[in-house]
Amino acid sequence: MSDVVEKTLTALPGLFESQTGAAKITNRLRQLIKSITELTSKHEEENLIKRELSAIKEQVSSPNTTMKQMREIMVRAMYCEMLGYDASFTYIHAIKLAQQGGVLEKRVGYLAVSLFLNEGHELLLLLVNTVLKDLQSTNLIEVCMALTVVAQVFPKDMIPAVLPLVEDKLSHPKEIIRRKAVLALYKFYLIAPNQVQHIHAKFCKALSDKDPGVMASSLHIYLQLIRESPDSYKDLTGSFVTILKQVLGGKLPVDFNYHSVPAPWLQIQLLRILSLLGKEDQSTSELMYEVLDESLRRAEMNHNITYAILYECVKAVYTIHPKAELLEKAARCIGNFVLSPKINLKYLGLKALTYVVQHDAKLALQHQMTIIECLDHSDFTIKRETLELLFRITNAQNVTVIVEKMLDFLRSCNDEHTIIHLIGKVAELAEKFAPDNSWFIQTMNDVFSIGGDLLQQDVPNNFLRLLAEGSESKEEDDQLRLYAVESYLTVLKGHTSHLPQCFLQVMSWVLGEYAHLQESVDRREVIRLLTQLLDQRSVSSETRVWILSALTKIPEGQTDLILDLAESLSSSQDTVLRQQAQELRHLSQDSQLREWVLPRGAPWDGIEVDSSLSFLDGFVSEALAAGAAPYKPPHQRQEELCEDRALNLEPYSFSLPVSLSSCSITDRQSPTLLSVSSGLSGNSAELSQKAGSSTLILEGVKRVWGKDGYLPQKEATAPPVDEPSAAVQPASQQEAAERIEPRPEPSTQNQDKQQLASSLFVGLGVGSSVSLLGKSEAPPPRFRKKPRPHESSSSSGTSKRSSDSSSHSSRNTTDSFLYGSFPEEEPATSISTFDHTPKSTTANGLSQNKDTKEDRHANTSQILGGDMVIVRPSTIQDKHPPSVSSDLTALLPADLKDLPHSDVISLTSDPSLSLSSCRLFRDEALLLVIFISNCTETVIKDVAVQLTCEELKTASLRGNVMDCLEARSTSVCHYALLMDDPHTNVSLTGTVSYQTQPGHTNTLPFSGTLSTADFIRPLVVTTEEYGKLWLSLSHDVKQNLKLLTDAGDPLRTTLNALKDALQLHVVDIIGSEGIVACRLLSGAPCLLHCRVNGAALAMWLRSPHPALPDFILYHCQRALAHH
Amino acid sequence: MIKAILIFNNHGKPRLIRFYQYFLNMQLQIKHLCTNKMAEDMQQQIIRETFHLVSKRDDNVCNFLEGGSLIGGSDYKLIYRHYATLYFVFCVDSSESELGILDLIQVFVETLDKCFENVCELDLIFHMDKVHYILQEVVMGGMVLETNMNEIVAQVELQNRMEKSEGGLSGAPARAVSAVKNMNLPEIPRNINIGDINIKVPSLSPF
Repeated sequence: MSDVVEKTLTALPGLFESQTGAAKITNRLRQLIKSITELTSKHEEENLIKRELSAIKEQVSSPNTTMKQMREIMVRAMYCEMLGYDASFTYIHAIKLAQQGGVLEKRVGYLAVSLFLNEGHELLLLLVNTVLKDLQSTNLIEVCMALTVVAQVFPKDMIPAVLPLVEDKLSHPKEIIRRKAVLALYKFYLIAPNQVQHIHAKFCKALSDKDPGVMASSLHIYLQLIRESPDSYKDLTGSFVTILKQVLGGKLPVDFNYHSVPAPWLQIQLLRILSLLGKEDQSTSELMYEVLDESLRRAEMNHNITYAILYECVKAVYTIHPKAELLEKAARCIGNFVLSPKINLKYLGLKALTYVVQHDAKLALQHQMTIIECLDHSDFTIKRETLELLFRITNAQNVTVIVEKMLDFLRSCNDEHTIIHLIGKVAELAEKFAPDNSWFIQTMNDVFSIGGDLLQQDVPNNFLRLLAEGSESKEEDDQLRLYAVESYLTVLKGHTSHLPQCFLQVMSWVLGEYAHLQESVDRREVIRLLTQLLDQRSVSSETRVWILSALTKIPEGQTDLILDLAESLSSSQDTVLRQQAQELRHLSQDSQLREWVLPRGAPWDGIEVDSSLSFLDGFVSEALAAGAAPYKPPHQRQEELCEDRALNLEPYSFSLPVSLSSCSITDRQSPTLLSVSSGLSGNSAELSQKAGSSTLILEGVKRVWGKDGYLPQKEATAPPVDEPSAAVQPASQQEAAERIEPRPEPSTQNQDKQQLASSLFVGLGVGSSVSLLGKSEAPPPRFRKKPRPHESSSSSGTSKRSSDSSSHSSRNTTDSFLYGSFPEEEPATSISTFDHTPKSTTANGLSQNKDTKEDRHANTSQILGGDMVIVRPSTIQDKHPPSVSSDLTALLPADLKDLPHSDVISLTSDPSLSLSSCRLFRDEALLLVIFISNCTETVIKDVAVQLTCEELKTASLRGNVMDCLEARSTSVCHYALLMDDPHTNVSLTGTVSYQTQPGHTNTLPFSGTLSTADFIRPLVVTTEEYGKLWLSLSHDVKQNLKLLTDAGDPLRTTLNALKDALQLHVVDIIGSEGIVACRLLSGAPCLLHCRVNGAALAMWLRSPHPALPDFILYHCQRALAHH
Repeated sequence: MIKAILIFNNHGKPRLIRFYQYFLNMQLQIKHLCTNKMAEDMQQQIIRETFHLVSKRDDNVCNFLEGGSLIGGSDYKLIYRHYATLYFVFCVDSSESELGILDLIQVFVETLDKCFENVCELDLIFHMDKVHYILQEVVMGGMVLETNMNEIVAQVELQNRMEKSEGGLSGAPARAVSAVKNMNLPEIPRNINIGDINIKVPSLSPF
């Protein structure tokens, strides 16, 4: 520091004297700066600034301070703020200065404001009027200043105030104003896109502005717009190409040249725009080939900025629809970058390679020696970028080398950000390509110990999930687990004090869960090691809890040790630990209880979690009776907080999991799906996380575009042997490296490097590069996670299990047939083949697959024909029933006349008979009354009615067989229908057989559907009973429904509408909440809790029956929709 | 977009700080929890960390750095140049060209050199406000406004002339002062023969 001080002091006098006129530094500022430079400690500086600030405070509040002094005070305040001291009392004075002063004062004032105040500072409101005034000023400089401050600090909500004026400035005669206005509008677009939507046409005008500067500024906007939606701007491609051509052709004034390159920054922008436009669009790309070619050709000069253009050009060439000639040139350019001695260019070359390697893995091969050199480069950034590149080319063959390199780098790295970023990638690679168990566990150990507590939580989570769920074969899983246990025991025997908490947690979980697999190690030893951890000071209390739960799981027999431990912990200060210790003691004394709580080896996905915590209901109701406030779930609390906002906060509505959505073609006709979805809702968060991670695993580097254009999924088995000479066979890599590299003397060092190269770039040759990069042919990840049973029923483990578990009857045959044709060793691929990609298997498998598919298809349609076709004509619930004389109801038996009943509707008819039906709602059953009318003048004999329905229990009560039916008379038969399991719609089919002439039997088929609504009965309970019942029910569903708002009391109207449609019992309406009860015939009750939430009705249903709430909800929705 | 421009000396003393985006602590990212004060503390922290990162690097390594954890995100990058006693650091996101920014720094420094005649650290110390005015003509609200040095110098000189004229008029009657303030200063010719430029955007359909 001393030399600077010295230099400053010697330079000071001269500097001050050289200043003339108004720009002369006033005494105070000179003193301030001088005294700061003389200081020797931070402490002194603090004192000095404090004194300075109090002096400023005094001055600003003094009425005698002139504007000029004020300007100087502001600069001093800015200086203090820059050094990190708080000068917030000057903020208001900065605004005042901008408001009241002349141009010079304004300039300082605006500068201070834009430095002091961040977006959204409340003082900014005071500035709006000033800015408005200045925007309208005739003084160019004032307008410029206003535009600058607007672009710098104006928040979203203040934009409308200035927008019209800024917009006007787009047609200002001065080009500098137009440019600043364009940029200000761009800034507005970034923070509030919808507010500037209407001026898109004006952006267009700016693009065609006669001043190139204005045009260049408008490219900012277009770049952003095109990035967001490239398709809407394809028609501008021609314009951009023309502009670029003219720039390249030197049509711009010389003024725009920078180191004799015409408008380089403009070129960069244009190239970026073009690459966005041409992405995956052949016809648009064709427009730009020529200009890109010219760009590549022109950028020959050896200056930094030409490389900047080249880099953009190369990126564009690889982004747009490929053209072989251009790709070749671009590849050569990348070579120039990578081989350049300039370190900046090398960096960009590596970046370009990382980008390009997804399209063309061969380039990495070409530059393998350079990449190796970069790996040992002294520059941190270069190393990191190289590892990024290696990450992209990792495959099963080079994974060990690459991961080792990455770990080496990480061990010597101390930048947190880099560690987090890279360690995640290591974990990803390890999971994806691990060659064997021991390597995997060892690598993960490194990941945990290096990443430590910086690790993102999903790394340990994924790892544990992988161990727990395992893959297809139990034997393999156990081996992996066993290896993990062994390795952790070794780790724990060493020094443990430096291990990160996260690693300790993982270890204790694994030991708790799987220590029993290791027969040779004494359990006492495991317990001892874990207990030892507890004694360490560095172990956090969260980790202690993990360790204790591990100790709880390690089985019986060691009661004495455990009891000692529990004893010592029961006096711990940490309540959670104390609780755990209590549990530990209880469980270790009661082995039966423990067996029940922690079943050994229970399947992971078989664990059923009672998410509604119904076992606590007794406790809760006691507490409620004692006057406790009822529990409100978090979402309800939140809803109440933001009552006025009618946001849908219900997470799991009717959006079904993807695997099920394919079935829901029939507009949610089949409610069984709903019940599945609600069954899933409990663990769907977990599910989605899992789904996310498994897609991560399957993610491969996709190769879509190649040298010769689009690559239509080439077969791995047929490598293109007739590729040009550039094709490097994997076996001859060494040779290739020699050929490409201008190799000096083969020193031993070089040989080492080449050895490294061959291990790094193995598997990147032509034949295997296709298989590596083609998504479908990527080697199956070693640790494939086991799919959950309900995720897709077809892809579970081995053939046997799969056929056992398949639920569809038709599957069994297909599966066994299919497995017959595949070798047992690769069930994973054969299964996925079966489901999605028959094309990637051998020809033999393909044809058989097709057969089976057809088989299956036939089967399914048969099933459809069997029970799923809904017979639409002549349904009972037809919207416009044919008018039937209502006097039919008079024929109802006397004992049924008083029951509530539906309208009589016609079922079917033929010349001799006509059938109608009526539904009667009895408490315990639905009575279906069928009226059979003889329409002829003759007697019809032997009339017999047969009714079948698979979903319902039917019982004929009377009158289904008649010996004769007199002319013009009607007979009545009725059935009692019972529904045990709810279905939304139940179809009935039946026939009536009769004889008009002896010996000649006619049959008249009829069919109809019934809805669950017919089986719902009101449940009359009091509010207290409702409350008790509510707590005892376990299955619940929540959903927002439409609220009928056309009447005065929306809630009441809606509930009444529901009551009419569904025979519900409205128990009570209190304020904005209503409780409603019903039951399925005389069976399972269902309670509905309705609350008005903005414009919606938040419905919460509970029932002991898992599926019932869904059906009732479905009917409520329908009823409201039809209302 | 340029997120921040920092200039500090070899000892980490800030010489110019310009933030175009307010970096806030990740936990406090929810807007209303962040006061001006917090944003400023954050800024100081960023300056310290950036200095720490940049000063460790030799002169023969590349001029790019992936952002530290404070500036955050792999999208952000530090691009810097080291001149004698000063570091010029631009923090940018991925939408800027690395080499382009590197040359923009060069343009900025050359402009400073032209305005101050052999610029040195002291010029930056004593004319912090002027440096800001020059920067405002190069970068506006995080977007590159002008890359042409002559143009930047012309704009700055326009403002300086105004300053000088006011200095001379300081004793004049108030009416004269306000007349000067409101006068429409003559535009500096741009040396562009507009007739030469025939950039035409054909058939721009309204969108």
